[in-house]
Order: sequence, then C-alpha cells, then structure tokens
Amino acid sequence: MDMADLTRDDVLKLARLARLQLTDAEVTEFQKELAEILHYVEQLNDIDISGLEPTSQVTGLTNVTRDDKIADYGYDPLDLLKNVPAVENNQIRVNRMIT
Amino acid sequence: MSQWKSIAEIATAVQSGQVKASELVEQALKTIADKAEYQAIIATLDEAARARAKTIDEHIVKGEQVGRLAGVPFIAKDNFLVFGAETTAASNILKGFNAPYQSTAVNKLEAEGAICVAKANLDAFAHGSSTENSDFFTTKNPHDMERVPGGSSGGSAASVILDMVPFALGTDTGGSIRLPASFTGAVGYKPTYGLVSRSGVVAMASSTDVIGPLTRTVEDASLVLDVMSGKDPLDSTTIEKDSKGYVISTEASAERRDPEADKRDSSASLGMTVAGKKVGVIKEYVSEGLQPGVKAVIDGAIEKLKAAGADIQELSLPSLPAALAVYYIICPAEVSSNLARYDGQKFGYSAPAAQDLETSYIRTRATGFGKEAKRRIMIGTHVLSSGYYDAYYKRAQTVRTKLINEFNQAFDKVDFLLGPTSPGVAFKIGEHVADPLQMYLTDIMTVAVNLVGVPAISIPAGTSENLPVGLQLIAPQRADRALLGFAKATEEVVSV
Repeated sequence: MDMADLTRDDVLKLARLARLQLTDAEVTEFQKELAEILHYVEQLNDIDISGLEPTSQVTGLTNVTRDDKIADYGYDPLDLLKNVPAVENNQIRVNRMIT
Repeated sequence: MSQWKSIAEIATAVQSGQVKASELVEQALKTIADKAEYQAIIATLDEAARARAKTIDEHIVKGEQVGRLAGVPFIAKDNFLVFGAETTAASNILKGFNAPYQSTAVNKLEAEGAICVAKANLDAFAHGSSTENSDFFTTKNPHDMERVPGGSSGGSAASVILDMVPFALGTDTGGSIRLPASFTGAVGYKPTYGLVSRSGVVAMASSTDVIGPLTRTVEDASLVLDVMSGKDPLDSTTIEKDSKGYVISTEASAERRDPEADKRDSSASLGMTVAGKKVGVIKEYVSEGLQPGVKAVIDGAIEKLKAAGADIQELSLPSLPAALAVYYIICPAEVSSNLARYDGQKFGYSAPAAQDLETSYIRTRATGFGKEAKRRIMIGTHVLSSGYYDAYYKRAQTVRTKLINEFNQAFDKVDFLLGPTSPGVAFKIGEHVADPLQMYLTDIMTVAVNLVGVPAISIPAGTSENLPVGLQLIAPQRADRALLGFAKATEEVVSV
C-alpha cells in the first residue's frame, strides 16, 4: 500500500484533527476520494527540486509594521458582538471546556 | 446590446444630474428580478441601495462631487462583507451572518459613489469551478441554462452578462474570476497578488486569494481596479499601487496611440498598441487536451495579433503541468487553516444543545460545512500533519519556487504570456460533480498564475458551439498597468 492510500483509521484521525464528525458513509466516500486526489499529487515526487527553497509568499514584503498607536476605525465593539451566539457581560461566552 | 453605458459615462451622467442614481438602482433591481431564473443572486440590498442612491442624488443636487463611480450599481460575490444583506459565502455555516464591518474593497468603491445592489452566488467558500458547490443553488450560464457559468465567481460573472449591473466583484484563488469570465463571455481581471486589500473578504487560501472585477470591457475593469487598489493598513500583504494608476480609457487610448511613445518608455506606457509587443504562447497550454473549438478560437486570436504586428513566440514552461498538483496541496492546506475559525463560538452557525466545546466544534462543523469544504479541510489537514508535511506541503511549496523561476525566465524573453483560460467551454450542470478530481482539472490553465502571484486577464475571444471562449493574457508581477493596456488593444483586435 503506498502513501496515498488511506485506511478508515487514517480518515477518522484526520476528522478528529479537523474537528469534523463524519458518518460511516462519509468515511468510506472520503477514503476513496482523498486517495484519488493524493495519488494525483504524487506526480510532484518526480520533479527535481534540488537547490530550491520553498516559497511561502510571493510579495517579497517583510516585517510590515505599524506605529503602536490606537487607531479608531469607527466601529462600536458592541456591534462587533452582534453575531456571537452567546454573549455575557459584553464578552463572548464559549461552551464549557472541561467536562 | 447592453442597457449600461461604460462605467465612466454612467458616473459622468449621474454627476452632471442627467440621470439619477435612484433610477439606476431601480433599473438594476428590476433586471435582477426579471432574470431570477438564472439564480445568479443570493440576496438583494433593496433598502440599503435605495438609501445610498437617495443620499447620492441629494449631494448631486447640492452641487457636490460624489466620485468617479457616482451612482454606478454593482454586485458583490457573497464572500465580501457588505452592510445591507447577509454575508454567507454560499455556506450554511454563515446563514444569518450580518457583517459587522465592510470589506475595504467595497468601502473604496462606495467612497467613489458606487452602490452595491446585490450579493452573488458562488461555490461555498469559493471552493469550486461551477457554483455547483453552493450550499443553496447552482447558477445557470446566461448562454445555456443547462450549463454552468463557471466558478467560483459564477454568480458575479452571470450577473454582468445578464446585464444586471455594469460590474461585479469576484475573487480568484485558482482561477475563480477568469474561468467564469471565460464561460460567460465577460472580462475577468485577476490583479497582482496584494494589489487589492483582502480585508473583509472571506479567506480561502491566503497566499493566493485576490480580489478583482468582472465587467463587459477591459476599460471598465481598469477603472474599477484603479478605485479598489492600494496599500491597506488592515491587510499587511497589500502592496503599493502604480503611481500612474490603472485607468485605461477610450479617449486616452486615442491620444496615446503614438508608437514612438511606446518605444521610448515601454514599461511606463499603457501599451495601447499590439504592434511590437513580444507575446509568448505557452506551449504546455496549447498542445493537448484543448477542445478543438477552443483551439480554433485561440489560434484565430493569435493570427489576428500577428497580423496587428505582435511578435508571437512559442515558449515552454516545463513545470506548468505540475501546477495543478501544487495547487491542490497548498490550497487545501491553507483552507484547512482558514476554516478553523468556524467553530460555533464566535459567529455563524452553532450546534444547539452542545454541552461542551469539543462537541460544539464537531457538530457545528459537521452540520454547517458542505462536502467540498470538508474534503478540502481533510486534504489540508493531511498534507500539513506530522509525518506528511515534508512529503506534501513542503515539496509543493518548493515546486512553487520552480514555477516562479520559470515564469521569471519567460518574462525575460517576452512582455506577455498567452493561452486559453480553459481547455473547454462551459460544461453541463452535473457533468463533473461525481468526480472531484475531474472538477479540479477545470482549473488546469488558471492555477499557475495564482501560485506565482502575477496578474492575468480573461477576455472573450470568440465562441465554440455558441458558447464563449476566453483568451488569457498574463504579465509579470506588478505589471498590471501594462497588462490592462495590452488587453484593451487585444480586445480591439480580436473582438467578435
């Protein structure tokens, strides 16, 4: 079995990492589809990349900074909370973390 | 025959009081309603647009300057945060989300008097090439309702060709402005990465996402780009715009059609003539896999450019065939990171009755995300995970360097690169949905440009089977001004 083939456990592990709950049918479907895509991208193994560095950005910009001053963009912090599912004392209330 | 004049003419007419912004908004909203069956639109901004138009008309009456886009109605792809309607990115996970701030691009357009009238359909989170991945509905191609308009900015492209508005906003991460432009017969412009702020636009792949206009003419696209472009403190990946701007107007073109001026300073000139320009036809794009009808249109365009004096050469970019594989590693990787924010805690859908954080995360994301989003998140998670990172992600980023080098070498020899935007015309709805990889192959001619960060444009060059075929022109990084000038000259030479 080569690297591109995924077991059910591989798929379930990915789902856990990505915080996605999958149905059994989805696990089977993704096992097949992901393998197909991973097989396709394996062609990159045949390319000579000796002496080359990876690219992570294309603008060439480095260390873009701003003055350490408060800028007023004209937004009310309370407006920014309007989409939050649970608000308490103007704070974002998240689900209980420790059960 | 379009009901809209050029964007510059519309703005002049509104500024002079000849026509009211309110009339234009009504015209746009009516056309949108008349063309509802194409399902290009997710939501209209009736109230907000009418209110803005009223304010603009009041300013005009007082004799105030409103701006270069005074009263011009436009449509924004629904991954742009805009006040006045929900922003859903065509995903169930964002249904009900009302933007608490606006994207910089829209703020800049509004500062010049433009009016957003609707939000256009897209593949959910811009993941796709046809709008078939929208969680809501599939947009129909204006030329054939059984076919897709392309994607992911399919709704935006369709809205322009359906004559709803003179321009629409799209995003292009792997071809999502250019492909729908090609499939619908619009002009789709992808700027140099960083030229337009991404602040307030739902992120897909942060190292390749760009914002750009869809219009009927190159001239219109150039004006919209000029307004939207420039450094933004809210997006630290933005670059300076060209000091001369990007406006390419018909009047300016007549004045500047001086071949001597072009020779004196060709990098600063608008390149308003085709004559003398060195154009590289990309060998890897025209060799195999093109539909014969598409090949005929592209060959025809090349002949017309030759006849007009362009110096056409064939060029090879040997790593080009690998670009799609590079893209389908890097893009999902960045997507998996950008979609981590949809967790049911801060905004968007939140799974009801989830007792703890972990449960909320997995149920919210399982219910809220569609298939393609999950697929890309999974691939992305895999290629970034321990034990696979070097083999996939790092390798892809290194082949990316190779592509950048090959493009740089090509641009040492020619001013512009040329090829088809897509190997085929608009495909039928349902044709590729069963096979994700087949769908990904639609992007084969557009993705390299995104990986390298250079600008590109798709302009209509003819038809095949009565469906539009787009010609893609590519320029070096930051050469948007030259590209737009050349594209306008090419538009004149190849126009049907």
